[in-house]
Amino acid sequence: MLKDHRELLVRFQSLIALALMVLALSLLSDTFLTPQNGWNILRQISVNLCLSLGMTLIILAGGIDLSVGAVLALSGAVAAGLLKTGVAVTPLEVQLQFTVFGAIVAGLLTGAAAGLFNGWVITQFRLPPFVATLGMFSIARGLTMLWTGGFPITGLGPDFGFLGTGVFLGIPMPVWISGVLVGALVVLTRRTRFGRYIYAVGGNERAALLTGLPVNRIKLGVYTLGGLLAGAAGLIVTARLDSAQPNAGLGYELDSIAAVVIGGTSLSGGRGSVVGTVLGCLIIGVLNNGLFLLDVSPFWQQVVKGFVILAAVAIDKMSSRET
Amino acid sequence: MIGTGDVVLEACGISKSFPGVKALDQVSLTLRSGRLTALLGENGAGKSTLMNVVAGVFPPDAGELLLAGQPVRFTSPRQAQDHGIAMIFQELNLVPGLTVAENVFLGREPLRRCGLIDYAELNRRAAEWLQRLDLDIPPSAPTRRLRVGQQQVVEIAKALAGEVRILIMDEPTSALSERETEVLFQRITDLKRRGVAIAYITHKLDELARIADDAAVMRDGRMIGSAPWKELSRPDIVRMMVGRDLVEPVRRTRSAVTIEETTTAQGTTRAGQTDQAEREEDAAAVSSPSPIDEVLRVEQLTLPHPTRPGDFLVAHVNFQVRRGEVLGIFGLMGAGRTELLECLFGLHGRACSGNVFVGGRRAVLRSAGDAIAVGLAMAPEDRKQDGLVLSMSVAENTSLASLDRAERFGLIRPRAEREHVQGYLQRFRVKTSSLRQRVRNLSGGNQQKVILAKWLATAPRLLLLDEPTRGIDVRAKQEIYALIDQLTRDGLAVIVVSSELPEILIVSDRILVLCEGRATGEFSRAEVTEEKIMHAALPRKPASLC
Repeated sequence: MLKDHRELLVRFQSLIALALMVLALSLLSDTFLTPQNGWNILRQISVNLCLSLGMTLIILAGGIDLSVGAVLALSGAVAAGLLKTGVAVTPLEVQLQFTVFGAIVAGLLTGAAAGLFNGWVITQFRLPPFVATLGMFSIARGLTMLWTGGFPITGLGPDFGFLGTGVFLGIPMPVWISGVLVGALVVLTRRTRFGRYIYAVGGNERAALLTGLPVNRIKLGVYTLGGLLAGAAGLIVTARLDSAQPNAGLGYELDSIAAVVIGGTSLSGGRGSVVGTVLGCLIIGVLNNGLFLLDVSPFWQQVVKGFVILAAVAIDKMSSRET
Repeated sequence: MIGTGDVVLEACGISKSFPGVKALDQVSLTLRSGRLTALLGENGAGKSTLMNVVAGVFPPDAGELLLAGQPVRFTSPRQAQDHGIAMIFQELNLVPGLTVAENVFLGREPLRRCGLIDYAELNRRAAEWLQRLDLDIPPSAPTRRLRVGQQQVVEIAKALAGEVRILIMDEPTSALSERETEVLFQRITDLKRRGVAIAYITHKLDELARIADDAAVMRDGRMIGSAPWKELSRPDIVRMMVGRDLVEPVRRTRSAVTIEETTTAQGTTRAGQTDQAEREEDAAAVSSPSPIDEVLRVEQLTLPHPTRPGDFLVAHVNFQVRRGEVLGIFGLMGAGRTELLECLFGLHGRACSGNVFVGGRRAVLRSAGDAIAVGLAMAPEDRKQDGLVLSMSVAENTSLASLDRAERFGLIRPRAEREHVQGYLQRFRVKTSSLRQRVRNLSGGNQQKVILAKWLATAPRLLLLDEPTRGIDVRAKQEIYALIDQLTRDGLAVIVVSSELPEILIVSDRILVLCEGRATGEFSRAEVTEEKIMHAALPRKPASLC
């Protein structure tokens, strides 16, 4: 059946695109298809993958989050600051020192709290997600500057650094982290009620409400998870550089939205998958890596990435118009 | 110059079909200069469709429009406007972000020589119209700030501001206050004096006495008859609206009270004799409601109008529903049918007052979740907007309200979900190529069955159905009726809200009639006739019964 072929083509469009790119790059460059470069790519995309996983849930639920890059920076800075100097509890005149584990938890909680706030504003005041998270973007950037005073926090020690540079069973830690998260979110979206409800809310919010689904709690949940994952990304970035940069994650929200969209998730919600997003991240990662190996200027890389995004969305539009 | 009474517009043999429905079948209508023709008929009789054809919104499939004797063919409302045909739509068609004046002259703004809009002139002319319509607002007011009634007046100004020869009004007073209605009637009188021909759709027979010159009654997409208003009495009109063979016994598919009955035939008319026996049984049952069987009791259910204080969408409605019973709720446009169901399903939250008892216990229904928790389920009127997640599969839609049943250790078991869903889909004979088919690709009837399956999977006590067969073809309708029948045999209580009289008569054991938010009649199946229902459903002056 022609229609079935078409559907298959649409379903696997990002996989096909990725395969074609890998094929082309292996012919063009002899350094591309090496195990070393493979791990490089996976490590390079791990941060964007963390952000994109959260973004996938949010977009599936019919929302958007422009604050993930800023939340990444804030979480990283909070963890680094607590680890390095602790926090002064003025009334008790003590300096609370954090362990590595404590700092990691604090960083994750910071991200989750920012996401929860996003969700609260969106559900309580009915603000469009675009606006609410744009607000959080600025809030988190400002808080990061206040916390760091505008200077990087460096010298965090090898224990914390293990998160970013360590290798466990031959696999780099960032790849472990993002890989485990991918697995968890695949199960979450495919096998849990919460995951199913995300699709329902994004597909038709009113129908979800009339079916008695806790729409507001679902939205709170996805934004909180989005924040938490941005926190995780912040920890990886900070650990890898052994330094929390106040300007970390600048523009990352756009990269993650790009990955989600290239992975075939509809920006209007309700349609898409976590696996698609993994492919989207891989496409962007392979593109960047390949163009770098081919000595293409980074400016051209941006231009090419832009066209890839446009093509992905255009194909998505054309295929969804048919059904 | 056209004299009063001359034919301005003649529609001859107009037919129009939509997918699955023949909306107009060989309809003819004559509009005369200086006269108002009232278009009457049940919901779905084809009045609005006919007017939309005249106003150029839909081109007719067959038939001819003669404007002052000349055949015309409109492909857009704009063309009809250029020929002097203006229509005031039922739903408001104003741009909320523009000012009142900009809306009134939208698309024909006065221009200055350089091509810019001449705002001074625009506002001056709009102010003139507003004054004539007695609307005390500045022409530069932003439209979104206006009350619905005021917006309706602006809509009227917009229609009148052009060179109007024919004015079509579709329920123009439904959003107007009494005073605004009064002003509108004065303007209508002026327009008639100026020789404008008016077509006027309404359910309010009483207001027609003041303005109507002719009446035309439609039913099931056909023109039943037209005559000068003075020659028609209220019973005449009701008979024409209801039509159908009045001696024919009330058709029905089921009997809820006699569950042990051996007849299994569904969707068939029973012989007259058993009918008679059943009616007596029914009548006996109705007169002695057993409190054990009572699934729902509603006392003084009231929903105030959100913007008009002192006005009600649902006003002090009382009723109850028993196990295995179908309560039909009938009402014309704006009677508060849907709002009543929405109140029961918790969709109006605290705005809605009154006592609701489910299974004898008082229920506080502030959200859909509350309603579902006490065993209610609702299939909404607009399936695609409110009932289904079109991007999801048949299975996913069906299990959406009862996913917890297919869950173990917090994870959905695909096999359990499939089995859970399959039973219901098979029982309802949902035609789908597979469970993974997107629900978007199903026919209207099958989509409705998916919604029913979704709710049945939650094991509800009371099913609320809002227009359960709207936009569904005849065969699927019969299937839905048979399903309702089957479900009540298993003891489910059902409320069916419908604006289609035949449907109400087929499915209901008892019928509640609403009119302007009030319950104006309750009939057992034994005593009901179409005329009684229509009498109760048609609004009267506030002084009288309604």
